[in-house]
Amino acid sequence: MHSSLWLTVLVWLPLLGAAAALLARRRPGAPFAVAVATASVELAVSLVVAVLYNDHLAGAHTFDFVGRWVLAAPFGLAYDVGIDGISLLLVVLTALVVLLALLGAREKRSEAAFVSWLLMLTTFTMGSFVARDLLEFFIFFELTLVPSYFLVAHWGGAQRSRAALKFFVYTFAGSAFLFTGLLYLGFLHQHQVGGPLTFADAALASTSMSHATAVWLFVAFAIAFGVKSPIWPLHTWSPLVYAEAPTAGSMELSALLAKLGSYGLLRFAVGLLPLALSTVRPYMLTLAVIGIIYGSALAATTPDLKRLVAYSSLAQMGFVTLGIMTGSTIATTGAVLLMFNHGVITAGLFLLIGYIERRRGSATIADLRGMQGPAPVLAGLFTVVMMASIGLPGLSGFISEFLVLVGAFSTHVWWAVAATIGVVLAAVYLLWAYQRVFHGQARDIDQVPDVTHRERWVIAPIVAIVVVLGIFPKPVLDRVTPTAHQFVESVTPAGVTK
Amino acid sequence: MSLTIPSIHYLAILPVLILFGGAVVLLALTALVRGALRTTVATGITLLAAAGAFAAGFFQWANIDRYGPSTTIAHAVVLDGFSVVASAVIAVSLGLATLVAHDWFHREGVRGAEYHILAMATAAGAVLMTQANDLIVIFLGLETLSIGLYVLVAFDRHRGASSEAALKYFLLGGFASALFIYGAALVYGATGSTNLSTVSYFLGTNVILRPGLLYAGGALLLVGFAFKVAAVPFHQWSPDVYEGAPTPVTGYMAAVVKVGAFAALIRVLISALGTQMTTWRPILWALVVLTTIVGASLAIVQRNAKRMLAYSSINHAGFILLGVWAASARGSAASLFYLATYAPVVVATFAVVTLVGGPGDERHTVDSYRGLARRQPWLGAALGILLLSQLGAPLTTGFYAKFAVLAAAVDGGGGPLALLALLGAAIAAFFYLRWTIVLYAESPEGAASIPVPRATAVAIGVGVAVTLVFGVWPGPLAALAQHATVLFTS
Repeated sequence: MHSSLWLTVLVWLPLLGAAAALLARRRPGAPFAVAVATASVELAVSLVVAVLYNDHLAGAHTFDFVGRWVLAAPFGLAYDVGIDGISLLLVVLTALVVLLALLGAREKRSEAAFVSWLLMLTTFTMGSFVARDLLEFFIFFELTLVPSYFLVAHWGGAQRSRAALKFFVYTFAGSAFLFTGLLYLGFLHQHQVGGPLTFADAALASTSMSHATAVWLFVAFAIAFGVKSPIWPLHTWSPLVYAEAPTAGSMELSALLAKLGSYGLLRFAVGLLPLALSTVRPYMLTLAVIGIIYGSALAATTPDLKRLVAYSSLAQMGFVTLGIMTGSTIATTGAVLLMFNHGVITAGLFLLIGYIERRRGSATIADLRGMQGPAPVLAGLFTVVMMASIGLPGLSGFISEFLVLVGAFSTHVWWAVAATIGVVLAAVYLLWAYQRVFHGQARDIDQVPDVTHRERWVIAPIVAIVVVLGIFPKPVLDRVTPTAHQFVESVTPAGVTK
Repeated sequence: MSLTIPSIHYLAILPVLILFGGAVVLLALTALVRGALRTTVATGITLLAAAGAFAAGFFQWANIDRYGPSTTIAHAVVLDGFSVVASAVIAVSLGLATLVAHDWFHREGVRGAEYHILAMATAAGAVLMTQANDLIVIFLGLETLSIGLYVLVAFDRHRGASSEAALKYFLLGGFASALFIYGAALVYGATGSTNLSTVSYFLGTNVILRPGLLYAGGALLLVGFAFKVAAVPFHQWSPDVYEGAPTPVTGYMAAVVKVGAFAALIRVLISALGTQMTTWRPILWALVVLTTIVGASLAIVQRNAKRMLAYSSINHAGFILLGVWAASARGSAASLFYLATYAPVVVATFAVVTLVGGPGDERHTVDSYRGLARRQPWLGAALGILLLSQLGAPLTTGFYAKFAVLAAAVDGGGGPLALLALLGAAIAAFFYLRWTIVLYAESPEGAASIPVPRATAVAIGVGVAVTLVFGVWPGPLAALAQHATVLFTS
């Protein structure tokens, strides 16, 4: 068993980096250097953790790096960390995306503040993914709102104030349900077993409750996570916010914060309330499928590239929800992998859209034409990432979508059939958008420079991951599958075939 | 017939004596000193009295630890952990508000010690309310508090709004006091006593066949309290008064009135009328929903920072009521914790508002804050943190305050109520955040930097420090509040 110190470093190092960046704000360029150094160390540590991770620890299920300290007994507040195969990929994703966001979407205006908020957001996101305590998770989950709010409100587009407010109030209102639900669950547990109030996952999972209670709690949790994820019909904040946020903000929001929603749904809603599954499963699956088709349809019609990615995220997260709610090992593995892949791919898409916006001053599809001629490398990079998003075999998106659909077909055929339509639609809207952006003749064609060396290096890791995971996903799958298997075992009542 | 003087445990009423003594000393000094008394002297004496009242709490706490809670003066005054903590909060609020007022006096060129005398006297009244075990003593404390506040609200004689607010407060407050004392009379009629312990004992041992009188009395008491804490629908006075009163006074009022009135309300409802829980809890349920949601919703449309904070304070009153609704030791502890964390924050928030208000105390539109955090990062960040704390963001005390009352409510079977209150908090988030957006917006051309005098800076610093330190490490304060609510009932 490894020391929890590793995770403590992962969680709090970015916060120290944020403080250091603020202290160095007088020297131009220093905050940026500090932030990049912090994020690089963070990524290195997360990779070490990923390599060291061992899923065969006796008595810890598949958790590793665990440690628990009670901070305030009257509140049941504890600092409790650990990772398993589900959180492992997301931890790496968090460290990766923040580094790429810093390098690829640098904001020179009040840079110290910008990088500090970004690093703080990393601390809170990381904290959410390594939390093994529902209250601790909730606190980190709520805290992510503050930096992301400021990132959107200061560095966003023309409607940034409205977007930031909408984002905060939507999520905050959603969290109200989660908060009430977790308090209820905590007290239910305390009244059953006595002792001090606790929100530790392992303890809460053993709470016995009536079917109706489980369903109500599940609904409360699902509302909170559904806003964040987003799940149709709670997604209405996302197009505006993704479009108005600065590139780094869109990357963080879509690649990481959205995962908090689906991660919470899997870990806490499904994990703690398996009793509710028999009732809520058909409804959740239906919402997921509606999200897939509705998101794809709107992605095809929206006039703005960022909104297109927002709607496509709605569709992709629909696949994640589908995988989570299907509840077989293979679909759960697929969902976890898809969370990671979608994170990498949307981060790449937003990064590329940021490049385009930097060149043309707009992300409106109608303004962009014929970029392929003057910027062939940009077009090529866009093609690779886009194809991964479509799910072309040989690229990473295919494996995860395939696993989800295979898992869903074996147990819930009709939903799987409907969801498959989404795969086709993804090809339609992405290729069509590609044509409109890169083909044709543009008026001011000479003024578009191709990607610089620096920009190429920033996008290179994404392309590498997309290709390598598409061909050789085994090392990653090996780390996810035991946890997914164990997780599905634990939430499936005895005697039910999986 | 001879009059027997009841025995007096002086330690129990030491904070009241110190605060009132301070007021009397200062009053005598103003008469003895030739010319107007220097503000610094008045402030010094007030701070000393506040510190003394705070320090007395330690001795009281030690006494309770050794001998347990007790009553004195014919069981009319209680000494228990709850009163000690509540009194300490009042002393802290008095100290912080006095620091803010000190600079305000210099800025506005006001001399004299009337403010300080009245502030100490009202604080004494509020402390008395937290210790009262008799409806008459509550009334005594309430009136000492209120009458002093009517004058304090009218203190800024150069502004018509100040006098107008005072008149409004006085007329409506007088009504509320009358309702309260009428309620006390009816309760006396129904139970034969105004002593809370006796009332509780009587209701516990007798079956009341015709409870109409008791219910009417209880309802009137509740209306009186609801008015004082500005619970919807008895809140109409508060935005006008908050706006009209001199800003340091508003901050002081927002903190001290809430502590005194809620402490007394908890004693009346839980100690005295605890047996009637099934009757008053539904009423409180409605009050909580109305107060949190209406308070937050009306705050959104405000353009004046002080009015906005008035509605925000109504929203907070709803949350504190939520702890009372839980009708449990956990609930009372939660309400006390809420008050203890809210009071320094609200005083510090109004301290910033006082500074931004500028000479004449006039610049209170939200637009006056445009770009403040860019011109003065520290002041802006302080206000930002105070607003986030009121919003209930984690890592500030505001989060744990809400956590505590919501936990108590959920524990008491109020899941839906807690959810409604939280949705009220989500509405409230809207205007706190809009304010922070303005704070960090581009600074307008030619906006002057606002001077931050030292005393006010200390008050703001203490408020921010309390919210951050206990926000990261709430254990000790929460344990104290929980320990403090072994309510005295006999």
